[in-house]
Amino acid sequence: MTTYIIRRILQAIPIMLMLSVFLFGVVRLMPGGPLAQAERNPNVTPEQLAAMRVRLGLDQPLPVQYVKWIKAFILEGDWGYSIKFRRPVADMISERLPATLLLFGVGFLITLLIAIPIGVYSAIKPYSFFDNFITTLSFAGQSVPVYWLGLLLIVIFYLVIQNPFSSGPLFPAGGMYTIGKEGDIFDLIWHLVLPIIAVTASWIAWYSRFLRSSMRDVLNEDYMRTARAKGLPIRMVHFRHGLRNALLPLVTMMALDLPAVFGGAVFIETIFAWPGMGRLFWDAARGRDYPVLLAVVMIEAALILFFNLLADILYGFLDPRIRYD
Amino acid sequence: MTEKLSAPETLLSASLQPESLSALIWRRFRRHRFAFSSAVVLLAMVILVIAAPLSGYSATEQNPKNDFAKPSSEHWFGTDELGRDIFTRILYGGQVSLAVGIFSTIFSLSLGIIVGALSGYYGGWIDNILMRITDTFLIVPVVFVLILFSALLRELPGSTEYRNSVWIVIIAISAFAWMWPARIARGLFLVLREKEFVSASRALGASDSRLIFLRILPNSLGPLLVSATLQMAYAIITESGLSYLGFGVQPPTPSWGNILESAQVHVYRAPWLAIFPGLMIFITVMAINFIGDGLRDAFDPYVVHEK
Repeated sequence: MTTYIIRRILQAIPIMLMLSVFLFGVVRLMPGGPLAQAERNPNVTPEQLAAMRVRLGLDQPLPVQYVKWIKAFILEGDWGYSIKFRRPVADMISERLPATLLLFGVGFLITLLIAIPIGVYSAIKPYSFFDNFITTLSFAGQSVPVYWLGLLLIVIFYLVIQNPFSSGPLFPAGGMYTIGKEGDIFDLIWHLVLPIIAVTASWIAWYSRFLRSSMRDVLNEDYMRTARAKGLPIRMVHFRHGLRNALLPLVTMMALDLPAVFGGAVFIETIFAWPGMGRLFWDAARGRDYPVLLAVVMIEAALILFFNLLADILYGFLDPRIRYD
Repeated sequence: MTEKLSAPETLLSASLQPESLSALIWRRFRRHRFAFSSAVVLLAMVILVIAAPLSGYSATEQNPKNDFAKPSSEHWFGTDELGRDIFTRILYGGQVSLAVGIFSTIFSLSLGIIVGALSGYYGGWIDNILMRITDTFLIVPVVFVLILFSALLRELPGSTEYRNSVWIVIIAISAFAWMWPARIARGLFLVLREKEFVSASRALGASDSRLIFLRILPNSLGPLLVSATLQMAYAIITESGLSYLGFGVQPPTPSWGNILESAQVHVYRAPWLAIFPGLMIFITVMAINFIGDGLRDAFDPYVVHEK
């Protein structure tokens, strides 16, 4: 197991390096590089520009620049300075990461709580009225663009439906806390409702479908027939023997979905003004704040690689039939 | 004598003649109610979008005096902040969104098939290298990289016409969407290259390219068509999403996504701005997904309708 983990980490390194060379090259080779704004500014003299170039190390050959950058990025944790805010990017990201993790952590939990029972029930009673209804509904869930769902939720729960106890809207349309109520857990939950509905809708649709087909495969296995034949209560057969095996592929599936999940963060956090990584990235992209953009993409890619690795290792623990060596 | 015999003979041969494969697939597809009606809806959508010039309004001409008009018999879906008719803009935007969907699908599927075919057919080190590249692309946080790309490409020197071209969006989406069809194609080629009909063809002296394109590829059609529907749904959602964030199709060219973009700001004043463009994306993507499901069933000989 240990050798397997080490080998996987060694495999991950070239992938990460390839990605970093690619991203670095793209950002540096484009004409609108780090000095684009200074170049356009008529008040900046050519001498000042040359000085800035030397100070930022841009006069050196590209490979040298790359090695310097990646060394600082990995070894020193120096992710550069935001052009717009003149602050270390690392600080900005560590401020924003918790909000994203909270939103998506809660979203993931709720997804599992809803998708698992739906998937199991659909698999046990395939083509029943419930299953057909859920099938149709899940097509809608898989097809609805998350940004449109977010806007619709704002229209419905902020504009149309009003809170019966106060004159305000039923749910807030944006932000994490009401101003002046920072740290209030109930206020936070109130703000979480709409973004959570928006993110979980399509996840529930995908995962309940996936679990249905995975559960249907498991139900046909010999060990399930054995479990039924030896007289186990049917509930025990389905949940202890069936569900546990059906959940295994879901682990891999979720890890593979992470790029899409992080992508969804950009939309949800933009619509609901949620102060997370996605919102940070969108603001940075509009302001052409390249150090922030580069760092966020690198961090997201590292997280995706890490969770994929974690999923594979976890799979080995969950499924004793799998032996890594 | 011969004439007398021919009538029953044709009758006999007609009833015994096996149904052609395409007829069988068409029959099975038609039986999938949702898929068939989705195909009709999608066709209607395409016709509607092509007929955009018949609407009588311009998609780009501004009429500030008539801004934020509510949906009415004159403006079916209302007007936006510049007084433009939303229904007309949705029709023209549909041309752009559907074109992006179709071309992104063609590009990403072609690239994916080439990569997957080389990988699955030759195996060995070719497979190894191509699959490592595919793995690298699969861990890329796509939306982030697309936004980064789009931001950078718009800094390129040259005319705005070139920089704001819809083709940039199409190429960017395709460049990060070929991995899924590549994996599917690889799997199919791995299995099919071992089949007897391929060996037979090879024994007769068929070249590699002949085996790949004329023997194996036609036999992978079903799963690849299903993959194409997934690619198209993905491309349409991604284009609209990018445009919604301001990094896709650039105004004044309308697309379903960038009509929604103005809704982000004005949703409190004019909710209809948010409802209709998204509804079109939703209907189109759902229709494509249902068609994909119908094709999957139609091509799969093991599916039995348990109804």
